[in-house]
Amino acid sequence: MRFELFAEYFPALLAGIPMTLKLAGLSLFIGFFLAVVLAVLRTSGIRPLEAFVRSYVYVFRGTPLLVQIFLIYYGTGQFDFIKESFLWPVLREAYWCAIIALTLNTGAYTSEIIRGGIESVPWGQVEAAKACGMNVWLRFRRVVFPQAIRQALPGYGNEIILMVKSTSLASTVTLLEITGIARKIVSQTYAPLELFIMAGAIYLTIVFVITRAVDMLENRLSPDLMARRHVKNAAERDIASVH
Amino acid sequence: MSEWISLLTWGDAGWGDEMVRGALWTLLLATVAFVLGVVIGSLGAGAKLSYLPPLRWLGQGYTTVIRGVPDLLVIYLLFFGGNQAVMAIARSLFGYDGYIELNAFTIGAIALGTVSGAYSTEVIRGAVLAVPAGQIEAARACGMSGWLLFRRILVPQVARYALPGLGNVWQLTLKDTSLISIVGLVEIMRSASIASGSTQKPFVFYVSAACLYLVLTAGSNRAFGLAELWANRGVRRV
Repeated sequence: MRFELFAEYFPALLAGIPMTLKLAGLSLFIGFFLAVVLAVLRTSGIRPLEAFVRSYVYVFRGTPLLVQIFLIYYGTGQFDFIKESFLWPVLREAYWCAIIALTLNTGAYTSEIIRGGIESVPWGQVEAAKACGMNVWLRFRRVVFPQAIRQALPGYGNEIILMVKSTSLASTVTLLEITGIARKIVSQTYAPLELFIMAGAIYLTIVFVITRAVDMLENRLSPDLMARRHVKNAAERDIASVH
Repeated sequence: MSEWISLLTWGDAGWGDEMVRGALWTLLLATVAFVLGVVIGSLGAGAKLSYLPPLRWLGQGYTTVIRGVPDLLVIYLLFFGGNQAVMAIARSLFGYDGYIELNAFTIGAIALGTVSGAYSTEVIRGAVLAVPAGQIEAARACGMSGWLLFRRILVPQVARYALPGLGNVWQLTLKDTSLISIVGLVEIMRSASIASGSTQKPFVFYVSAACLYLVLTAGSNRAFGLAELWANRGVRRV
Protein backbone atom coordinates (compact mmCIF):
# COMPACT_ATOMS: atom_id res chain seq x y z
CA MET A 1 0.00 0.00 0.00
CA ARG A 2 1.41 3.36 -1.01
CA PHE A 3 -0.42 5.83 1.15
CA GLU A 4 0.88 8.92 -0.64
CA LEU A 5 -1.26 7.84 -3.61
CA PHE A 6 -4.43 8.40 -1.60
CA ALA A 7 -3.81 12.12 -1.26
CA GLU A 8 -2.44 12.44 -4.77
CA TYR A 9 -5.35 10.90 -6.67
CA PHE A 10 -8.32 11.51 -4.38
CA PRO A 11 -9.26 14.84 -6.04
CA ALA A 12 -9.16 13.20 -9.49
CA LEU A 13 -11.64 10.56 -8.32
CA LEU A 14 -13.87 13.14 -6.70
CA ALA A 15 -14.09 14.82 -10.10
CA GLY A 16 -15.96 11.72 -11.30
CA ILE A 17 -18.82 12.18 -8.83
CA PRO A 18 -20.80 14.67 -10.98
CA MET A 19 -20.80 12.25 -13.93
CA THR A 20 -21.94 9.35 -11.71
CA LEU A 21 -24.71 11.44 -10.19
CA LYS A 22 -25.77 12.85 -13.57
CA LEU A 23 -26.06 9.35 -15.06
CA ALA A 24 -28.01 8.03 -12.08
CA GLY A 25 -30.12 11.15 -11.56
CA LEU A 26 -31.20 11.70 -15.15
CA SER A 27 -32.04 8.06 -15.81
CA LEU A 28 -33.89 7.72 -12.50
CA PHE A 29 -35.87 10.88 -13.30
CA ILE A 30 -36.94 9.84 -16.81
CA GLY A 31 -37.21 6.19 -15.74
CA PHE A 32 -39.66 7.10 -12.99
CA PHE A 33 -42.16 8.59 -15.45
CA LEU A 34 -41.70 5.61 -17.74
CA ALA A 35 -42.29 3.32 -14.76
CA VAL A 36 -45.51 5.07 -13.72
CA VAL A 37 -46.87 4.76 -17.25
CA LEU A 38 -45.84 1.09 -17.42
CA ALA A 39 -47.34 0.34 -14.01
CA VAL A 40 -50.64 1.99 -14.95
CA LEU A 41 -50.78 0.01 -18.21
CA ARG A 42 -49.88 -3.16 -16.32
CA THR A 43 -52.83 -2.71 -13.97
CA SER A 44 -55.19 -1.28 -16.61
CA GLY A 45 -57.14 -4.48 -17.24
CA ILE A 46 -56.54 -4.18 -21.00
CA ARG A 47 -55.08 -7.54 -22.00
CA PRO A 48 -52.76 -6.63 -24.94
CA LEU A 49 -51.27 -3.68 -23.02
CA GLU A 50 -50.72 -5.82 -19.94
CA ALA A 51 -49.03 -8.49 -22.05
CA PHE A 52 -46.78 -5.90 -23.67
CA VAL A 53 -45.65 -4.46 -20.32
CA ARG A 54 -45.17 -7.93 -18.89
CA SER A 55 -42.84 -8.96 -21.71
CA TYR A 56 -40.97 -5.63 -21.57
CA VAL A 57 -40.31 -6.13 -17.86
CA TYR A 58 -39.42 -9.79 -18.42
CA VAL A 59 -36.78 -8.98 -21.02
CA PHE A 60 -35.17 -6.12 -19.10
CA ARG A 61 -35.09 -8.01 -15.81
CA GLY A 62 -33.95 -11.26 -17.39
CA THR A 63 -30.88 -9.89 -19.18
CA PRO A 64 -27.77 -8.23 -17.74
CA LEU A 65 -27.55 -4.44 -17.91
CA LEU A 66 -24.22 -4.82 -19.71
CA VAL A 67 -25.97 -6.54 -22.65
CA GLN A 68 -28.49 -3.71 -22.79
CA ILE A 69 -25.76 -1.06 -22.82
CA PHE A 70 -23.71 -2.86 -25.48
CA LEU A 71 -26.80 -3.51 -27.60
CA ILE A 72 -27.64 0.18 -27.66
CA TYR A 73 -24.08 1.50 -27.98
CA TYR A 74 -22.53 -1.03 -30.39
CA GLY A 75 -25.63 -2.79 -31.76
CA THR A 76 -27.39 0.22 -33.26
CA GLY A 77 -24.28 1.11 -35.27
CA GLN A 78 -24.81 -1.98 -37.41
CA PHE A 79 -27.65 -0.38 -39.36
CA ASP A 80 -27.03 2.20 -42.04
CA PHE A 81 -30.57 3.55 -41.80
CA ILE A 82 -29.96 4.45 -38.15
CA LYS A 83 -26.61 6.00 -38.99
CA GLU A 84 -28.27 8.22 -41.57
CA SER A 85 -31.25 9.14 -39.40
CA PHE A 86 -31.74 11.99 -36.95
CA LEU A 87 -31.15 9.52 -34.10
CA TRP A 88 -27.48 9.02 -34.87
CA PRO A 89 -26.16 12.19 -33.16
CA VAL A 90 -27.73 10.79 -29.97
CA LEU A 91 -26.86 7.11 -30.40
CA ARG A 92 -23.28 7.96 -31.36
CA GLU A 93 -22.64 9.42 -27.92
CA ALA A 94 -21.68 6.91 -25.22
CA TYR A 95 -23.26 9.24 -22.65
CA TRP A 96 -26.74 9.12 -24.20
CA CYS A 97 -26.51 5.40 -24.87
CA ALA A 98 -25.75 4.82 -21.20
CA ILE A 99 -28.63 7.10 -20.21
CA ILE A 100 -31.05 5.27 -22.55
CA ALA A 101 -30.00 1.83 -21.30
CA LEU A 102 -30.12 2.84 -17.61
CA THR A 103 -33.52 4.53 -18.12
CA LEU A 104 -35.13 1.55 -19.86
CA ASN A 105 -33.65 -0.74 -17.20
CA THR A 106 -34.78 1.21 -14.15
CA GLY A 107 -38.16 1.76 -15.84
CA ALA A 108 -38.72 -2.00 -15.88
CA TYR A 109 -37.68 -2.57 -12.25
CA THR A 110 -39.46 0.51 -10.91
CA SER A 111 -42.71 -0.30 -12.71
CA GLU A 112 -42.88 -3.54 -10.73
CA ILE A 113 -42.23 -1.66 -7.47
CA ILE A 114 -44.99 0.86 -8.27
CA ARG A 115 -47.35 -1.90 -9.39
CA GLY A 116 -46.94 -3.47 -5.96
CA GLY A 117 -47.83 -0.08 -4.45
CA ILE A 118 -50.90 0.36 -6.66
CA GLU A 119 -52.15 -3.12 -5.88
CA SER A 120 -51.71 -2.52 -2.15
CA VAL A 121 -54.35 0.23 -2.14
CA PRO A 122 -57.53 -1.37 -0.76
CA TRP A 123 -60.19 -1.84 -3.42
CA GLY A 124 -62.81 -0.40 -1.06
CA GLN A 125 -61.12 2.99 -1.29
CA VAL A 126 -61.35 2.97 -5.08
CA GLU A 127 -65.02 2.04 -4.80
CA ALA A 128 -65.61 4.80 -2.28
CA ALA A 129 -63.93 7.31 -4.59
CA LYS A 130 -66.14 6.10 -7.46
CA ALA A 131 -69.19 6.48 -5.22
CA CYS A 132 -68.12 10.07 -4.50
CA GLY A 133 -68.24 10.67 -8.25
CA MET A 134 -64.49 10.95 -8.89
CA ASN A 135 -63.41 10.17 -12.44
CA VAL A 136 -60.50 7.86 -13.29
CA TRP A 137 -57.87 10.57 -13.39
CA LEU A 138 -58.97 12.26 -10.15
CA ARG A 139 -59.19 8.87 -8.43
CA PHE A 140 -55.68 8.02 -9.52
CA ARG A 141 -54.27 11.42 -8.55
CA ARG A 142 -55.97 11.80 -5.16
CA VAL A 143 -56.50 8.26 -3.87
CA VAL A 144 -54.41 5.59 -5.56
CA PHE A 145 -51.14 7.30 -6.51
CA PRO A 146 -50.22 9.00 -3.18
CA GLN A 147 -50.73 5.78 -1.26
CA ALA A 148 -49.00 3.68 -3.89
CA ILE A 149 -45.93 5.94 -3.74
CA ARG A 150 -45.76 5.79 0.05
CA GLN A 151 -46.01 2.02 -0.09
CA ALA A 152 -43.38 1.76 -2.86
CA LEU A 153 -40.85 4.08 -1.22
CA PRO A 154 -38.68 1.52 0.63
CA GLY A 155 -38.41 -0.59 -2.53
CA TYR A 156 -37.66 2.49 -4.58
CA GLY A 157 -34.89 3.49 -2.18
CA ASN A 158 -33.19 0.18 -2.97
CA GLU A 159 -33.65 0.85 -6.67
CA ILE A 160 -31.94 4.27 -6.34
CA ILE A 161 -28.95 2.62 -4.69
CA LEU A 162 -28.84 -0.11 -7.33
CA MET A 163 -28.84 2.55 -10.02
CA VAL A 164 -25.96 4.48 -8.46
CA LYS A 165 -23.99 1.24 -8.44
CA SER A 166 -25.08 0.39 -11.99
CA THR A 167 -23.64 3.62 -13.37
CA SER A 168 -20.21 2.00 -12.94
CA LEU A 169 -21.03 -0.05 -16.05
CA ALA A 170 -20.98 3.16 -18.07
CA SER A 171 -17.20 3.00 -17.71
CA THR A 172 -17.24 0.03 -20.12
CA VAL A 173 -18.40 2.33 -22.92
CA THR A 174 -15.60 4.85 -22.30
CA LEU A 175 -17.41 7.17 -19.89
CA LEU A 176 -15.23 8.68 -17.18
CA GLU A 177 -17.32 8.47 -14.05
CA ILE A 178 -15.83 7.32 -10.71
CA THR A 179 -15.04 3.74 -11.84
CA GLY A 180 -13.84 4.87 -15.26
CA ILE A 181 -11.43 7.40 -13.76
CA ALA A 182 -10.14 4.87 -11.23
CA ARG A 183 -9.53 2.39 -14.02
CA LYS A 184 -7.70 4.98 -16.09
CA ILE A 185 -5.42 6.02 -13.23
CA VAL A 186 -4.73 2.36 -12.40
CA SER A 187 -3.47 1.79 -15.94
CA GLN A 188 -1.01 4.66 -15.42
CA THR A 189 0.12 3.97 -11.86
CA TYR A 190 -0.30 0.18 -11.44
CA ALA A 191 -1.83 0.79 -8.03
CA PRO A 192 -5.16 -1.08 -8.21
CA LEU A 193 -5.65 -1.55 -4.46
CA GLU A 194 -5.27 2.10 -3.52
CA LEU A 195 -7.41 3.48 -6.35
CA PHE A 196 -10.27 0.94 -6.21
CA ILE A 197 -10.48 1.20 -2.42
CA MET A 198 -10.78 4.97 -2.68
CA ALA A 199 -13.45 4.64 -5.39
CA GLY A 200 -15.32 2.13 -3.22
CA ALA A 201 -15.24 4.55 -0.29
CA ILE A 202 -16.77 7.28 -2.46
CA TYR A 203 -19.59 4.97 -3.57
CA LEU A 204 -20.19 3.90 0.06
CA THR A 205 -20.51 7.53 1.09
CA ILE A 206 -22.99 8.28 -1.70
CA VAL A 207 -25.04 5.19 -0.82
CA PHE A 208 -25.01 6.13 2.87
CA VAL A 209 -26.30 9.65 2.15
CA ILE A 210 -29.07 8.28 -0.10
CA THR A 211 -30.12 5.72 2.52
CA ARG A 212 -30.43 8.44 5.15
CA ALA A 213 -32.36 10.73 2.80
CA VAL A 214 -34.85 7.98 1.88
CA ASP A 215 -35.33 7.16 5.58
CA MET A 216 -36.12 10.78 6.32
CA LEU A 217 -38.52 11.01 3.39
CA GLU A 218 -40.24 7.83 4.57
CA ASN A 219 -40.79 9.38 7.98
CA ARG A 220 -42.13 12.60 6.47
CA LEU A 221 -44.55 10.68 4.28
CA SER A 222 -45.93 8.65 7.20
CA PRO A 223 -47.65 11.33 9.30
CA ASP A 224 -49.71 8.62 10.98
CA LEU A 225 -46.58 6.89 12.27
CA MET A 226 -45.09 10.22 13.37
CA ALA A 227 -48.28 11.12 15.21
CA ARG A 228 -48.39 7.76 16.93
CA ARG A 229 -44.77 8.10 18.00
CA HIS A 230 -45.53 11.60 19.25
CA VAL A 231 -48.48 10.36 21.33
CA LYS A 232 -46.37 7.52 22.71
CA ASN A 233 -43.57 9.89 23.72
CA ALA A 234 -46.07 12.20 25.40
CA ALA A 235 -47.60 9.25 27.24
CA GLU A 236 -44.19 8.12 28.44
CA ARG A 237 -43.44 11.62 29.69
CA ASP A 238 -46.72 11.65 31.59
CA ILE A 239 -45.94 8.31 33.21
CA ALA A 240 -42.46 9.53 34.10
CA SER A 241 -43.84 12.69 35.69
CA VAL A 242 -46.28 10.69 37.79
CA HIS A 243 -43.49 8.60 39.31
CA MET B 1 -32.58 -12.03 -42.15
CA SER B 2 -31.27 -15.26 -43.71
CA GLU B 3 -27.81 -13.69 -43.64
CA TRP B 4 -28.23 -13.18 -39.88
CA ILE B 5 -29.23 -16.77 -39.35
CA SER B 6 -26.23 -17.99 -41.34
CA LEU B 7 -24.04 -16.03 -38.89
CA LEU B 8 -25.41 -18.17 -36.06
CA THR B 9 -24.98 -21.61 -37.61
CA TRP B 10 -22.89 -24.37 -36.06
CA GLY B 11 -19.33 -25.10 -37.16
CA ASP B 12 -16.56 -23.04 -38.72
CA ALA B 13 -18.76 -20.79 -40.82
CA GLY B 14 -21.14 -19.62 -38.08
CA TRP B 15 -20.78 -18.49 -34.49
CA GLY B 16 -23.59 -20.59 -33.00
CA ASP B 17 -21.30 -23.12 -31.36
CA GLU B 18 -19.04 -20.39 -29.92
CA MET B 19 -22.07 -18.63 -28.40
CA VAL B 20 -23.41 -21.84 -26.86
CA ARG B 21 -19.97 -22.69 -25.49
CA GLY B 22 -19.96 -19.21 -23.96
CA ALA B 23 -23.35 -19.94 -22.38
CA LEU B 24 -21.94 -23.11 -20.79
CA TRP B 25 -19.06 -21.12 -19.28
CA THR B 26 -21.57 -18.57 -17.98
CA LEU B 27 -23.60 -21.34 -16.38
CA LEU B 28 -20.53 -22.99 -14.86
CA LEU B 29 -19.17 -19.71 -13.50
CA ALA B 30 -22.56 -18.71 -12.07
CA THR B 31 -22.94 -22.11 -10.40
CA VAL B 32 -19.50 -22.09 -8.79
CA ALA B 33 -19.94 -18.48 -7.66
CA PHE B 34 -23.43 -19.13 -6.30
CA VAL B 35 -22.34 -22.19 -4.31
CA LEU B 36 -19.35 -20.28 -2.96
CA GLY B 37 -21.74 -17.43 -2.12
CA VAL B 38 -24.06 -19.75 -0.18
CA VAL B 39 -21.08 -21.10 1.82
CA ILE B 40 -19.87 -17.55 2.54
CA GLY B 41 -23.47 -16.54 3.24
CA SER B 42 -23.94 -19.30 5.83
CA LEU B 43 -20.74 -18.26 7.59
CA GLY B 44 -21.76 -14.60 7.30
CA ALA B 45 -25.20 -15.28 8.75
CA GLY B 46 -23.56 -17.23 11.58
CA ALA B 47 -21.26 -14.27 12.23
CA LYS B 48 -24.08 -11.72 12.16
CA LEU B 49 -26.17 -13.81 14.59
CA SER B 50 -23.24 -14.62 16.85
CA TYR B 51 -23.16 -13.56 20.48
CA LEU B 52 -19.58 -12.38 20.01
CA PRO B 53 -19.59 -8.66 19.12
CA PRO B 54 -16.42 -8.75 16.96
CA LEU B 55 -17.94 -11.45 14.74
CA ARG B 56 -21.13 -9.42 14.46
CA TRP B 57 -19.15 -6.33 13.45
CA LEU B 58 -17.22 -8.35 10.89
CA GLY B 59 -20.43 -9.70 9.33
CA GLN B 60 -22.06 -6.29 9.37
CA GLY B 61 -19.01 -4.65 7.80
CA TYR B 62 -18.84 -7.28 5.07
CA THR B 63 -22.47 -6.95 3.98
CA THR B 64 -22.49 -3.16 4.26
CA VAL B 65 -19.36 -2.67 2.16
CA ILE B 66 -20.14 -5.22 -0.54
CA ARG B 67 -23.73 -4.11 -0.93
CA GLY B 68 -22.73 -0.44 -1.04
CA VAL B 69 -20.06 -0.75 -3.73
CA PRO B 70 -20.59 -1.54 -7.44
CA ASP B 71 -20.02 -5.20 -8.31
CA LEU B 72 -17.73 -4.11 -11.13
CA LEU B 73 -15.43 -2.42 -8.60
CA VAL B 74 -15.19 -5.61 -6.50
CA ILE B 75 -14.29 -7.53 -9.66
CA TYR B 76 -11.65 -4.97 -10.66
CA LEU B 77 -10.19 -4.95 -7.18
CA LEU B 78 -9.85 -8.72 -7.06
CA PHE B 79 -8.75 -9.03 -10.66
CA PHE B 80 -6.03 -6.40 -10.56
CA GLY B 81 -5.25 -6.62 -6.87
CA GLY B 82 -5.75 -10.40 -6.50
CA ASN B 83 -2.56 -11.42 -8.23
CA GLN B 84 -0.58 -8.89 -6.20
CA ALA B 85 -2.08 -10.23 -3.00
CA VAL B 86 -1.40 -13.87 -3.92
CA MET B 87 2.19 -13.02 -4.84
CA ALA B 88 2.67 -11.10 -1.60
CA ILE B 89 1.38 -14.10 0.38
CA ALA B 90 3.56 -16.50 -1.58
CA ARG B 91 6.60 -14.30 -0.96
CA SER B 92 6.08 -13.86 2.75
CA LEU B 93 4.98 -17.43 3.57
CA PHE B 94 6.94 -19.57 1.12
CA GLY B 95 9.67 -17.20 -0.02
CA TYR B 96 8.50 -17.70 -3.61
CA ASP B 97 9.56 -14.77 -5.76
CA GLY B 98 8.17 -15.65 -9.18
CA TYR B 99 5.17 -14.30 -11.01
CA ILE B 100 1.81 -15.90 -10.21
CA GLU B 101 -1.31 -15.26 -12.20
CA LEU B 102 -4.71 -16.63 -11.29
CA ASN B 103 -6.88 -17.30 -14.33
CA ALA B 104 -9.99 -15.30 -15.16
CA PHE B 105 -12.35 -18.10 -14.14
CA THR B 106 -10.87 -18.47 -10.63
CA ILE B 107 -10.83 -14.74 -10.00
CA GLY B 108 -14.30 -14.38 -11.47
CA ALA B 109 -15.69 -17.12 -9.25
CA ILE B 110 -14.05 -15.62 -6.15
CA ALA B 111 -15.24 -12.09 -6.99
CA LEU B 112 -18.82 -13.09 -7.80
CA GLY B 113 -18.88 -15.45 -4.83
CA THR B 114 -17.85 -12.56 -2.56
CA VAL B 115 -20.62 -10.38 -4.01
CA SER B 116 -23.39 -12.99 -3.94
CA GLY B 117 -22.19 -14.08 -0.48
CA ALA B 118 -23.19 -10.69 0.90
CA TYR B 119 -26.72 -11.03 -0.46
CA SER B 120 -26.93 -14.68 0.63
CA THR B 121 -25.86 -13.64 4.13
CA GLU B 122 -28.93 -11.43 4.46
CA VAL B 123 -31.25 -14.09 3.00
CA ILE B 124 -29.94 -16.86 5.26
CA ARG B 125 -29.93 -14.61 8.32
CA GLY B 126 -33.60 -13.82 7.70
CA ALA B 127 -34.38 -17.52 7.26
CA VAL B 128 -32.65 -18.45 10.54
CA LEU B 129 -34.62 -15.78 12.37
CA ALA B 130 -37.83 -17.17 10.85
CA VAL B 131 -37.39 -20.49 12.68
CA PRO B 132 -39.54 -20.17 15.82
CA ALA B 133 -37.45 -19.91 18.99
CA GLY B 134 -39.82 -22.39 20.67
CA GLN B 135 -38.58 -25.14 18.38
CA ILE B 136 -34.98 -24.54 19.43
CA GLU B 137 -36.04 -24.65 23.07
CA ALA B 138 -38.05 -27.82 22.46
CA ALA B 139 -35.05 -29.47 20.80
CA ARG B 140 -32.84 -28.50 23.75
CA ALA B 141 -35.49 -29.86 26.12
CA CYS B 142 -35.38 -33.16 24.21
CA GLY B 143 -31.67 -33.24 24.95
CA MET B 144 -30.36 -32.57 21.45
CA SER B 145 -26.75 -31.52 21.21
CA GLY B 146 -25.81 -28.40 19.26
CA TRP B 147 -24.79 -30.30 16.14
CA LEU B 148 -27.88 -32.52 16.12
CA LEU B 149 -30.12 -29.50 16.65
CA PHE B 150 -28.37 -27.69 13.80
CA ARG B 151 -28.69 -30.67 11.46
CA ARG B 152 -32.22 -31.80 12.27
CA ILE B 153 -34.09 -28.64 13.26
CA LEU B 154 -32.30 -25.62 11.84
CA VAL B 155 -30.93 -26.65 8.43
CA PRO B 156 -34.08 -28.22 6.91
CA GLN B 157 -36.26 -25.26 7.84
CA VAL B 158 -33.70 -22.59 6.99
CA ALA B 159 -33.28 -24.21 3.57
CA ARG B 160 -37.00 -23.96 2.99
CA TYR B 161 -37.36 -20.37 4.15
CA ALA B 162 -34.24 -19.24 2.30
CA LEU B 163 -35.06 -20.83 -1.05
CA PRO B 164 -37.10 -17.96 -2.62
CA GLY B 165 -34.49 -15.38 -1.57
CA LEU B 166 -31.64 -17.54 -2.80
CA GLY B 167 -33.47 -17.81 -6.12
CA ASN B 168 -33.19 -14.03 -6.44
CA VAL B 169 -29.50 -14.17 -5.51
CA TRP B 170 -28.97 -16.80 -8.21
CA GLN B 171 -30.55 -14.53 -10.82
CA LEU B 172 -28.32 -11.65 -9.72
CA THR B 173 -25.23 -13.86 -9.88
CA LEU B 174 -26.17 -15.22 -13.30
CA LYS B 175 -26.51 -11.70 -14.69
CA ASP B 176 -23.36 -10.51 -12.91
CA THR B 177 -21.28 -13.12 -14.76
CA SER B 178 -21.51 -10.81 -17.78
CA LEU B 179 -19.11 -8.45 -15.95
CA ILE B 180 -16.40 -11.11 -15.97
CA SER B 181 -16.25 -10.71 -19.76
CA ILE B 182 -14.49 -7.40 -19.11
CA VAL B 183 -11.59 -9.22 -17.49
CA GLY B 184 -11.35 -11.73 -20.33
CA LEU B 185 -13.31 -14.93 -19.58
CA VAL B 186 -14.94 -16.10 -22.82
CA GLU B 187 -18.52 -16.43 -21.58
CA ILE B 188 -21.64 -15.25 -23.42
CA MET B 189 -20.77 -11.55 -23.55
CA ARG B 190 -17.15 -12.08 -24.56
CA SER B 191 -18.14 -14.55 -27.29
CA ALA B 192 -20.66 -12.00 -28.54
CA SER B 193 -18.12 -9.20 -28.66
CA ILE B 194 -15.47 -11.38 -30.35
CA ALA B 195 -18.06 -12.42 -32.95
CA SER B 196 -19.25 -8.85 -33.50
CA GLY B 197 -15.65 -7.69 -33.84
CA SER B 198 -14.90 -10.11 -36.64
CA THR B 199 -18.22 -9.87 -38.50
CA GLN B 200 -19.14 -6.21 -37.91
CA LYS B 201 -22.65 -7.35 -36.92
CA PRO B 202 -22.87 -6.39 -33.23
CA PHE B 203 -26.66 -6.15 -33.17
CA VAL B 204 -27.11 -9.79 -34.19
CA PHE B 205 -24.72 -11.09 -31.58
CA TYR B 206 -25.82 -8.93 -28.67
CA VAL B 207 -29.46 -9.84 -29.36
CA SER B 208 -28.40 -13.51 -29.41
CA ALA B 209 -26.57 -12.96 -26.13
CA ALA B 210 -29.71 -11.41 -24.62
CA CYS B 211 -31.73 -14.42 -25.79
CA LEU B 212 -29.24 -16.84 -24.23
CA TYR B 213 -29.45 -14.99 -20.91
CA LEU B 214 -33.26 -15.07 -21.11
CA VAL B 215 -33.17 -18.83 -21.68
CA LEU B 216 -30.84 -19.28 -18.70
CA THR B 217 -32.85 -17.05 -16.34
CA ALA B 218 -36.20 -18.54 -17.42
CA GLY B 219 -34.92 -22.10 -17.11
CA SER B 220 -33.36 -21.57 -13.71
CA ASN B 221 -36.50 -19.75 -12.53
CA ARG B 222 -38.47 -22.91 -13.25
CA ALA B 223 -35.85 -25.04 -11.51
CA PHE B 224 -36.12 -22.90 -8.39
CA GLY B 225 -39.91 -23.08 -8.58
CA LEU B 226 -39.74 -26.87 -8.60
CA ALA B 227 -37.22 -26.86 -5.75
CA GLU B 228 -39.59 -24.70 -3.71
CA LEU B 229 -42.44 -27.14 -4.35
CA TRP B 230 -40.18 -29.98 -3.24
CA ALA B 231 -39.01 -28.14 -0.12
CA ASN B 232 -42.61 -27.39 0.86
CA ARG B 233 -43.87 -30.91 0.19
CA GLY B 234 -44.52 -31.61 3.87
CA VAL B 235 -46.13 -28.25 4.62
CA ARG B 236 -49.88 -27.86 4.81
CA ARG B 237 -51.09 -25.40 2.21
CA VAL B 238 -53.55 -22.78 3.32
